[in-house]
Amino acid sequence: MGVGLLNTIEVILNGLMTGVMYSLVALGFVLIFKASGIFNYAQGVMSLFAALTLVGFQSGQIPFAELINAVFGTDVHHFGFTMPAILATLCALAVMVLFAIIVERLILKHLVNQEPIILFMATIGLAYFLEGFGDMMWGSDIKTMDLGLPQGGSFWFEDVTKTWAAEGSDYWGMYIDVLDVIAASVAICLVIALTLFSQYTKTGRALRAVADDHQAALSVGISLRYIWVVTWAIAGLVALVAGSMWGAKSGVQFSLSLIALKALPVLMLGGFTSIPGAIIGGMMIGVGEKLFEFYVGPMVGGATENWFAYVLALVFLVFRPQGLFGDKIIERV
Amino acid sequence: MLYREAGDFKTTYADDAQTFPIAFDRWRYYAILIVAAVIIPLVIDSYWAKSIMVPFLVFSIAAMGLNILTGYCGQVSLGTGGFMAVGAYASYKLMTAFPELNIFFVVLLSGGITALVGAAFGLPSLRIKGFYLAVATLAAQFFLVWLFNKVPWFFNYSATGQITAPERTVFGIAVTGPSVPAYASYLFCLAFVVLLAWLMRNLTRGKVGRQWMAIRDMDIAAEIIGVHPLKTKLIAFAVSSFYVGVAGALFFSVYLGAAEPTEAFGIQQSFLVLFMIIIGGLGSIFGCFAGAAFMIMLPVLLKNVMAGALGWDTTLATHFEFIIVGGLIIVFLILEPHGLAQLARLMKEKLRLWPFPH
Repeated sequence: MGVGLLNTIEVILNGLMTGVMYSLVALGFVLIFKASGIFNYAQGVMSLFAALTLVGFQSGQIPFAELINAVFGTDVHHFGFTMPAILATLCALAVMVLFAIIVERLILKHLVNQEPIILFMATIGLAYFLEGFGDMMWGSDIKTMDLGLPQGGSFWFEDVTKTWAAEGSDYWGMYIDVLDVIAASVAICLVIALTLFSQYTKTGRALRAVADDHQAALSVGISLRYIWVVTWAIAGLVALVAGSMWGAKSGVQFSLSLIALKALPVLMLGGFTSIPGAIIGGMMIGVGEKLFEFYVGPMVGGATENWFAYVLALVFLVFRPQGLFGDKIIERV
Repeated sequence: MLYREAGDFKTTYADDAQTFPIAFDRWRYYAILIVAAVIIPLVIDSYWAKSIMVPFLVFSIAAMGLNILTGYCGQVSLGTGGFMAVGAYASYKLMTAFPELNIFFVVLLSGGITALVGAAFGLPSLRIKGFYLAVATLAAQFFLVWLFNKVPWFFNYSATGQITAPERTVFGIAVTGPSVPAYASYLFCLAFVVLLAWLMRNLTRGKVGRQWMAIRDMDIAAEIIGVHPLKTKLIAFAVSSFYVGVAGALFFSVYLGAAEPTEAFGIQQSFLVLFMIIIGGLGSIFGCFAGAAFMIMLPVLLKNVMAGALGWDTTLATHFEFIIVGGLIIVFLILEPHGLAQLARLMKEKLRLWPFPH
């Protein structure tokens, strides 16, 4: 194989990995949108918050240390012990479930039957709140996340692909980050688990019923409020997984919440109501932006990844407003 | 007592159609204009101009622009920061290309250029609705900021990639550049605010405004009764972008002086303006001012209280700002989805009847 072709394959592979990571965030959006019709802008900040909490528990940080120090003039920052990664993950998950309950109690309950756009803006408010709250709770410095996952390129893959190139050509093999592969596998497991959950459990069936028709679900005795808590808790779990994967990849910091914005074009491509759509949309965006950056980027000064996804979604939407897999939008007066 | 229609007889159609039908409102309006145009310039110092008054006026214009699009026409946009950048870079290019052109017209022309760009990005709005459109406007936001970062023509090939406003004068007094008297920058912005608020008031109560509101309330129904959706939406996008462009030009040339696109016109500006109109009130001109005042003064106040009086770390004050702003957005949406403007309206209703309860 020629070097050019091999390079293209490498770009596509890396794009796929990034795309799966986008899908991971997009998945949280789809879950909440299907169950409650809310477009949850705060999903990205939830990932950041979950990752911060995970790191905080793991390193034994004292929550609200900055505030405590400012009010009482003390100088506390750590409990002085560390937690194993698994225990910290469970604790962080508990926090996300608690968060889901609080959101339902304080916000969703009061906004039933409002227009979708009002709910959307409420989640923007929630995103701001959570961002400030997370920073105040755990401090705003960049943290490294160490879950004991391997990092760096895979030498085995490099060696294998080196042999694919023609004899004597100047080719050094493909670079694939091991962490990306792990993240992709985790994402796939998560999707399978969620599908099984929604198909074969009682709660899962109730979830699907609510997604189908709120009123019909209510009339057969499904508690909407309980379902909302469950949905937001699952979205919290997805946020935790996405946050820890992105956090392990690029550090736990504010930019993590911007990935949420990247998930939006993914959703527009895949359609807001489809879980497979979120996965495929994510891969399309991931591969598309990497290829565009590789071929067109150098001609226009690079950094096209910032906007390519949005423009692609914009152009795409003009021709198919409901996305690839979304339900057809029917409007009535 | 004073706030009554009773005894104020309208004898002509012009009287009947005026903006402030209640005499007390009219006098209050003139009083505010006199205070804003005569008294404040006499007492203003550079701290007040720089940290409160000028940003307040500039963001009022931006909020008016977004309110036309979101509050009146019902199209949510997250691209305000990007369109402000268009206004800023248009004013910079015009100022450097035509040094003789008066800055007043430079600002207006920048608004016009932004209107064209805004209308172009508004084209998909016919097919995309609701938050799909909100995400589509993110394309404008990221693409425009990237464009101004990467194409050297826009910043005249300067080595830093920054744009710096040269000195320009109105009636011999500098309004842009390094040495501007506080009252000059304030009055220059105020002139635009008054002009554009007057224009907006008259647009929104005329034919165009009614068409916008028809589209906002239900676009299919509006189409059936004869409102051209594409034309109406494009006009909304163009007018809104004109306002935002003027705000961007003023933000860069009068307020910042030197700007760099990612910092000055990022996504956070889009959200800031959106929050202003949510807190102030969607579909209300008073709401634009109330929201802008609130969002500009809150950080200054918090910083003064927490960092100044309590002696806390400034980063802690920033965290609190996020928490309070986010919390307030939610509280407002739950308790009063029409914002501060609705509170003012309720107060007026109460005033009309006072001292009687009904």
